[in-house]
Amino acid sequence: MTAIVLYGLRESVRRKMFAVVLVLTVLFLALYAWGTHAAFRDTRNFVGPGQEQLDPDVLAGAIVQGLAMFATLFLGAVLSVFLTLNVVRGDAEAGLLQPLVVRPVGRVQLLLARFAGAAGVAAAYVLTVYAVTVAITRWAGGWTPDRVVAPGLELAGAVVVVAALALAGSVFFAPIANGIGTLMVFGGGLTAGLLGEIGHAIHSHRLAHIARIAWWLFPFDALYEDALHRLTVDTSGFAGFVLTLGPFGGSHGAGGTLLAWSAVYLVLVSGVAVLAFSVRDL
Amino acid sequence: MPAVLAAHAVEKRYGRVQALAGVDIAVDAGQLVGLLGPNGAGKSTLVKIACGLVRPTAGRVEVAGAPAGSSAARAALGYLAELFRFPAWMSADEVLALHQRLARSTGGAGERADLLELVGLADASGTRVAAMSKGMQQRLGIAQAMVGAPSLLLLDEPTSALDPAGRRVVRVLLEELRRRGIAVLLNSHLLSEVELVCDHVVIVDRGRVVAAGTPSELRREGGVEVETEAGLRRFPEARRADVPRIVREVVDAGSDVYGVRVVTSTLEEAYLEVVEDIGE
Repeated sequence: MTAIVLYGLRESVRRKMFAVVLVLTVLFLALYAWGTHAAFRDTRNFVGPGQEQLDPDVLAGAIVQGLAMFATLFLGAVLSVFLTLNVVRGDAEAGLLQPLVVRPVGRVQLLLARFAGAAGVAAAYVLTVYAVTVAITRWAGGWTPDRVVAPGLELAGAVVVVAALALAGSVFFAPIANGIGTLMVFGGGLTAGLLGEIGHAIHSHRLAHIARIAWWLFPFDALYEDALHRLTVDTSGFAGFVLTLGPFGGSHGAGGTLLAWSAVYLVLVSGVAVLAFSVRDL
Repeated sequence: MPAVLAAHAVEKRYGRVQALAGVDIAVDAGQLVGLLGPNGAGKSTLVKIACGLVRPTAGRVEVAGAPAGSSAARAALGYLAELFRFPAWMSADEVLALHQRLARSTGGAGERADLLELVGLADASGTRVAAMSKGMQQRLGIAQAMVGAPSLLLLDEPTSALDPAGRRVVRVLLEELRRRGIAVLLNSHLLSEVELVCDHVVIVDRGRVVAAGTPSELRREGGVEVETEAGLRRFPEARRADVPRIVREVVDAGSDVYGVRVVTSTLEEAYLEVVEDIGE
């Protein structure tokens, strides 16, 4: 199993996938540091010092950290998709898979090993970038999220769910179709979350209901919104209200049931992928 | 001794297409069996079923006594696919090392060196797949299939990308495998090679075995030619057993005999005859 995990990772390294990701991430973090510094400075000027109802540092810190989480989720999701989109059909069509599958290691182990490799890398990436953005936010404005660890873990969980979806898709679809499809599902899930926030703001039960269904179908958005929610879970008053709207889909507590469902969902999607792969003719 | 590969009444359907319609085949230990047939005959499907890549619709296939596709069956075989690729960034040695780990082989560097030597790639151990010619990759594929000393090798068109010298290397290699007691099922379009190296030949057409036997059994006698001072005389209906009688008659008729040849068809002619008969 370790051999397959390392094989998948080395393939990604040799394809220079990680080099591209590293360069883009450094670029993003540099821009984030610059932008965060400016955001804290300008918000203080905008709100004015000593405001009791709207602390400028909380406002700026929570908003830029939420923005960083969206960017981190997006980069992590893209990495997840590119690490898994060709694992089955793509590699089989290229003739890379057959020599591996006929070995005693077997299909189930092979698929789970590739998933473990991809999910591990994507999760580690997201946790690292998240930790760096938290450090940058603290450095630039002295603000730290109300919860530090849980949002990072939930963000990592979200990209693992995306990796599982792309892996399952790779059993059925050619790489390009799978990549496009998974990223569209990802975008659709985030859009549904945004609609839900609009629904809550304008008291539209229908929109909120649609978002709720989307959360159950694609729980990565539930994890993401819950992570955002935890950033300012202890912040109350006007600042707290403004922050619930947050950037790119807002924030909303998902609740324990949905978080547990995310874990079950992961097992179910992986199970479907394993089952479909084990009976697939290659 | 039980067959290393045994297929019983194997059927495979892809939707409405019947790829295999009840195939029986057996490969004994150390036997080199050639699998022949036109494109779409079902040869590759049969090989893929044997190594567990494809599931049969009906019938039973066993490898070394274990059901095809099971872990025990996969541990007993080596497979070279018709269309395969190794990661371009790996060296020949790394490809073999990866397959050693997957095959749980304990052969280590010694086994890798032996295999590369066997396929004529001893000097290419550190060469990356990307820098290899197609023929070198094919030979590396054969070496990969032999990792872990399998008792059965399934080779699907192993010489398709090789030049004549490369084919000769593979021919010598196949003879070496026979010497080592490794059974081989060789799926090939190159009838001349099959004729040269295989102990047994199975011809498949439209999903059925249409002929099987040793190459000499499949070849057909096509008359007798007698060389006399008047030229070559042909007896198209005669067989080997008729030669003494024919020579006696020619000599009795006052001619001197300079040479006699029993005409036999090549495997290619026999193959075409069988396949065309089925087609008609």
